[in-house]
Amino acid sequence: MPAFRVEVRVMPRAALLDPQGQAVQHALHALGFAEVGTVRAGKHLVLQLEAPTGDAAAARARAMCDRLLANPVTEDYHVLVEAA
Amino acid sequence: MRRVAVVVFPGSNCDADTLDAATAAGSEAYYVWHRATDLRGADVVILPGGFSYGDYLRSGAIARFSPVMQAVAAHAQDGGTVVGICNGFQILCEAGLLPGALMRNAGQRFLSRPVRVRVETTDTPCTTVYTRGEEITVPVAHGDGRFVADERTLRELEAEGRVVWRYVGENPNGSAREIAGVCSASRTVVGLMPHPERRNSAALGGSDGARVFLSLEAGHATQHAGDVRAAGGHHAGL
Repeated sequence: MPAFRVEVRVMPRAALLDPQGQAVQHALHALGFAEVGTVRAGKHLVLQLEAPTGDAAAARARAMCDRLLANPVTEDYHVLVEAA
Repeated sequence: MRRVAVVVFPGSNCDADTLDAATAAGSEAYYVWHRATDLRGADVVILPGGFSYGDYLRSGAIARFSPVMQAVAAHAQDGGTVVGICNGFQILCEAGLLPGALMRNAGQRFLSRPVRVRVETTDTPCTTVYTRGEEITVPVAHGDGRFVADERTLRELEAEGRVVWRYVGENPNGSAREIAGVCSASRTVVGLMPHPERRNSAALGGSDGARVFLSLEAGHATQHAGDVRAAGGHHAGL
């Protein structure tokens, strides 16, 4: 079965306060990066998995997000699949 | 004497205090390891505070898949009492047994100090022997205590009187509507961010938390008519 490298990006919902992103933004401003606007901090997971096709790999990864990798109340996710 | 199961996850650290507090209230309390599938005839299940699985991924996200959680969900489904304290509350939200989620404190810092909360309802298994509207002092100790839920859920919680404890004076973590604790629609599943087990005797700076455990021991069904509230909200044993 073909192997895939799946990247999962999990981000806090845009409407929700992201104190970690805010703290990073403040630190960047303190370092003189005054041009920085909003900063949002999320998670980036990289999975190696086997699947018949890329679409099948993406479907499995989305199922993993729905069950575990992202919290549907607070987070959105994005799945990117490439051949390993 | 009610049987109180205190679930122990890898990384739980309030299990012993919780067991002691339940025992002090007169319950027959015992530990249940997270790999167990049998709650051994529990009347009440408590998920204690701590850092199950190191809070990896999200607080409570991995613990909710521990084998014991199927038994906990079945217990809740049958109308049994389930209480989550701090990390236990986070686990119950992750498991979908309570609505909403607990996110990083708005101020980014881990908070460990006493807070004031108001008892918003006595119609839960944890609060029968309090007085509605009473303000008490209990400690918080959390990094992820900011309760969030969508607006519809928040309105529903308020309309159904399911906000159990609410921060007063200050909102330590930025929780929506100053929520410190909520219960399920059935009222039998309760999550609290503050730690009542850390405030159950004068030696611990106060006993405002003791009545959570006295309520659990007293049993919810018998309290519904308000007989305990009529006696001033105080348990006969206090």
